Amino acid sequence: MMANNRIPSGPNTPGSQQTPTHGGTKVFVQRDYSEGTAVKFQTRFPPELEDRIDRQTFEYTMERLNEHFEMAETADCSTYCEGCLACLTAYFIYICTETHYEKHLRKVSKFIATQNERVYNPRGIHITDPILRGLRVIEITIIDVPNCQSPTGNSNNQMRHT
Amino acid sequence: MASRRVTRKWEVFAGRNRFWCDGRLMTAPHPGVFALTLALICGTCALHFAFDCPFLAARVSAAVPAAGAALCALTLAALLRTALSDPGIIPRAAPAEAAALEAAEAGRPPPRAREVLVRGRAVKLKYCFTCKMFRPPRASHCSLCDNCVDRFDHHCPWVGNCVGKRNYRYFYTFVVSLSFLAVFVFACAVTHVALLARGAGLAAALRATPASAVVAAVCFLSVWSVLGLAGFHTYLASTDQTTNEDIKGSFSTRRGVSNPNPYSRGNACANCWHVLCGPLAPSLIDRRGVLRDEMPPHFARVVTTPPAAAPPPPLQLAVPPEPGGALGGSYSNLFAGEPARHAYMNRSLDLDPVPLQRTPSPRPPRRRASPPALALEPAPPGLSASRLRLLHDTTMIDAALDLDEPEPPPHLPHAPHAPHAPHVSHAPHASHAPVHGRALAAL
Repeated sequence: MMANNRIPSGPNTPGSQQTPTHGGTKVFVQRDYSEGTAVKFQTRFPPELEDRIDRQTFEYTMERLNEHFEMAETADCSTYCEGCLACLTAYFIYICTETHYEKHLRKVSKFIATQNERVYNPRGIHITDPILRGLRVIEITIIDVPNCQSPTGNSNNQMRHT
Repeated sequence: MASRRVTRKWEVFAGRNRFWCDGRLMTAPHPGVFALTLALICGTCALHFAFDCPFLAARVSAAVPAAGAALCALTLAALLRTALSDPGIIPRAAPAEAAALEAAEAGRPPPRAREVLVRGRAVKLKYCFTCKMFRPPRASHCSLCDNCVDRFDHHCPWVGNCVGKRNYRYFYTFVVSLSFLAVFVFACAVTHVALLARGAGLAAALRATPASAVVAAVCFLSVWSVLGLAGFHTYLASTDQTTNEDIKGSFSTRRGVSNPNPYSRGNACANCWHVLCGPLAPSLIDRRGVLRDEMPPHFARVVTTPPAAAPPPPLQLAVPPEPGGALGGSYSNLFAGEPARHAYMNRSLDLDPVPLQRTPSPRPPRRRASPPALALEPAPPGLSASRLRLLHDTTMIDAALDLDEPEPPPHLPHAPHAPHAPHVSHAPHASHAPVHGRALAAL
């Protein structure tokens, strides 16, 4: 049971792997299970990003992301009421309304898109929305092109989608 | 435009689940026993409403049919909800992530397990060789559906689906309401027979309503297992355990050392509330989503996954049967290179359509991330008309068209693009339509 090669899932975990591909390097930020199975990502700064972005900016993004997920997973009175109401209506309510979690997931998608566009894409980094990876990892793509500038005309269009 | 088809993610889903109504509903691969369950419940209820209810409504109270109808509706709704929804499938790792895991181990397959601390308790995360990832805590791989399911409880053939994080509450509602329903229907049938027997004797009463006898027998035989199951799951919900963990004895005391459940919230009420009425986790497989590129175009152009990073052949076995029947041949026709095909089956969007693109590329060394080019050139000399028709007939080409927008000449800035925001529904498909029209005109 108690193995020697235990890896704690705290902040000192070697939680990110990186792989070089043809056009870019991928860094994966893993989940932090130290507080249970609720969605939470490790905030440890991957060293591969060091020459691209400063630590505070990255940690801010991860912390905000974790806050969003925490709000989504928090079971306050309104979510319990939602659950009870769904049960009483034989779960037909889920056909017509968006759940508490889905509302927060939309906020996460919007947050990631904004951060990518304002902060990360101009520096040659792209963060993939974790819902596209099953909320299991955050995939960060680093582009090898040294001055990969984000086209400025993008901002309005991207906002329209989110 | 109306005939334009897109490839939705359920069509290339890697597990063995079956999808219905264009991906809105899903079940396990062989839902035969589920049909039996449904027939048994519906049949018994129909007999109850046809023979017992009119008599009891007249002799006892009009509330009897009303209560029966409400219970029956709740049971059927919960059953259908359990059987036809996503149990909490964890999508398989994308090729890039699997490659990263293997690269971290210097080419060897990753270790079988990794240990993490959950609230101070060591929990093993096993590596799933099918899904190419370390399973999250409490997840388990269902061999029948060939998926990892979060908070896996068990695979229930009676409801024809796995029971996991997302449908456990429906399953629990189903089991509890079914036990109430079985007791209620049994009581009604017995009352009916007893009221008739009071005047004429038991034999005459049974001859008068044989349906009641059948209903009573069915209910009597099934009520014990259903009641036991309801009690067992009430215990599990109040301790926040799963059937899987209970069978394996994950949290049982071993050799005098207590091994408490790290996921429990401390008291039975809080556990029940959270398991049954807590926030409902979202479906992670996005089965109705349309396959498309995830990155902004200027990124997607630069980034591409090398074919060598595609997963090894075992994944090929995981091709879902339905799309495989219709499309499997087409995939192999479209992609001469096996790695590219694997990448597609694993839902990678970083496809490289080299085999299709026979025209000399303006920038040969730069690989494209998505396959719009084949549609942009009006009639590439390498593509025969039949080949192009084949492309159009399969959903593959539509997905390809949907992946990306027309690429501007390399010297122009990419400003006029609307970049694909990740995971956001994308209404203006019309922008692709001219491209599609040109591809058709080329026929």
